[in-house]
Amino acid sequence: MSVVVYTESEEGKFKKVAFEAVSYAKGIADTMGTSVTAVTVNGGNASELGTYGAAKVLEVSNDKLQNFNAEAYADVIAQAAKKEGASVVILTSSVNSKFMAPLVAVNLEAGYVPNVTELPSSTSPFRVKHSVFTNKAFSITEINTAVKIIGLAKNAYGLKENSAAGTAEAFAPNLDAHDFDMKIVSVDKATDKVTIADAEIVVSGGRGLKGPENWAMIEELAKTLGAATACSKPVSDMGWRPHSEHVGQTGKPVASNLYIAIGISGAIQHLAGINSSKVKVVINNDPEAPFFKAADYGMVGDAFEVVPQLNEKLKEFKAQNA
Amino acid sequence: MKILVCISHVPDTTSKINFTEGDTKFDTNGVQFVINPNDEFGLTRAMWFKEKQGAIVHVANVGGLETEPTLRKALAIGADEAIRVNTPATDGYSVAKQLAHVAKEGAYDLIIGGRESIDYNGGMVPGMIAKLIGANFVNTCINLEVDGNNATAIREIDGGKETLSTSLPLVVGGQKGLVEESDLRIPNMRGIMQARSKPLTVKDPVDTNSETQTVSFQKPAPKGAVKLVDTVDELIDLLHNEAKVI
Ligand SMILES: Cc1cc2nc3c(=O)[nH]c(=O)nc-3n(C[C@H](O)[C@H](O)[C@H](O)COP(=O)(O)OP(=O)(O)OC[C@H]3O[C@@H](n4cnc5c(N)ncnc54)[C@H](O)[C@@H]3O)c2cc1C
Repeated sequence: MSVVVYTESEEGKFKKVAFEAVSYAKGIADTMGTSVTAVTVNGGNASELGTYGAAKVLEVSNDKLQNFNAEAYADVIAQAAKKEGASVVILTSSVNSKFMAPLVAVNLEAGYVPNVTELPSSTSPFRVKHSVFTNKAFSITEINTAVKIIGLAKNAYGLKENSAAGTAEAFAPNLDAHDFDMKIVSVDKATDKVTIADAEIVVSGGRGLKGPENWAMIEELAKTLGAATACSKPVSDMGWRPHSEHVGQTGKPVASNLYIAIGISGAIQHLAGINSSKVKVVINNDPEAPFFKAADYGMVGDAFEVVPQLNEKLKEFKAQNA
Repeated sequence: MKILVCISHVPDTTSKINFTEGDTKFDTNGVQFVINPNDEFGLTRAMWFKEKQGAIVHVANVGGLETEPTLRKALAIGADEAIRVNTPATDGYSVAKQLAHVAKEGAYDLIIGGRESIDYNGGMVPGMIAKLIGANFVNTCINLEVDGNNATAIREIDGGKETLSTSLPLVVGGQKGLVEESDLRIPNMRGIMQARSKPLTVKDPVDTNSETQTVSFQKPAPKGAVKLVDTVDELIDLLHNEAKVI
């Protein structure tokens, strides 16, 4: 019995979601009286995972796994879970985790619950809370199988330091030909930009910005804040911004610490995608815009006046607080 | 090519979400049900394969009689045949098990589902089907081409996209991008009339179990009122000192 957690990394460095997942795994392990084993694939320094509570780190280093591959990574995790006699497996809510989670679940004959927001309210029976109806509600769900798989929602649990050994052990899973049936032809990724998935702050623009030529001020504001840029659906439908920036029910989910919505009305489908962001700021010239009901802070004003001002003042603020 | 599109029957996006029976059941009162938006992109892409490459398109749903209007709509959009597995959709795994059985029996080359349904957001059914039948799988698929037994798929990744090549049988979890919103079809009168005479087969479920079950639902705590500010200085001050996010 142990809690096995998959820790995501990129170019040999752990992602923040990896530390959050280990923190959460440690929370469960403590209530169940067991310990945390982390699994890394070409990952970073095992002791970093120890900081958040990993007692043991199974390190897979394999050139064939340089790029994420759902089938092979799912096999790695399932084999690690079997080796450790895991009763709980923790994954995250990243695009890659969600890709492989159902494969791991079938492999381990384990019940899987995604978008989990809290530690289990009970471990026997095993009950967890997770968001459903695109963040409009929560479900308390019981997992009936011997092994349980949890997909932790991003930014829901936070980082909790909890020092453990983080002792590394090499792990060489058996991979077969089927694991490599999917061949990567090309990867097209903007490396110089903060991605919506990783961003702590997201600056988002809607149809109120009138046209693609006005996005420079959004990008500048995002640059000042170290934020990712996003947009509402009509904006991407009209081709003002790439589809990858469309957030909402049919677009990307955003679970950042701060979401700044500029010239976005706050339609229910848009809100569904950003509800799990912690602090929401709305800038809109219509005091009746529905977004004000969902926001923490609001400013009624013309984006074309407010945004450049905000950017200038934030630059000053950053300079003073650097 | 034989294509199976998995259709989830979900509350339309503007539905008010409420629960009944001591917060244990979703309240369907006054709720309009639709084809899950992610599945609709997949269905439309399947229509493209039908028209351009002569594919046969079947749609399948796991659910009770109440889901048949949704399947009829898929037929009206142009699917050739519909299958309903007559059992309630209790959890992702049991649904995947039923659909995997349908997929195997029908020997489909391509199985298209949605990245996730907008009700339970499980995002697990297509992947589980793939694993259960031993097919290849691409999630968050935003473009798909098939040439003979080979498929090229583009999937969304954090911060970009990745192009993959693989062979059939293939299962995809699709989303917007498989086709554009403007390509989605609204059933016309002719389609609706034709749909009435197309086969809708009701199948008995295979034996399976649910791995998870909902105990109860909760609604998010009501939100406090918005704090309105007049100046950007005030806003920066609140974000720094109160919300502590900058
Ligand atoms: C099935 C379905 C799925 C959908 N999924 C999504 C989704 O995932 N994401 C999504 O975003 N939408 C989605 N939508 C669309 C959604 O219903 C809205 O149409 C959309 O969110 C509106 O975008 P918007 O707020 O940018 O534009 P608008 O509704 O046009 O609002 C623009 C806002 O800008 C304000 N404004 C105008 N000028 C200025 C100015 N100078 N300064 C400041 N403010 C200004 C206006 O007051 C207004 O509030 C979906 C719809 C359907 C039917």
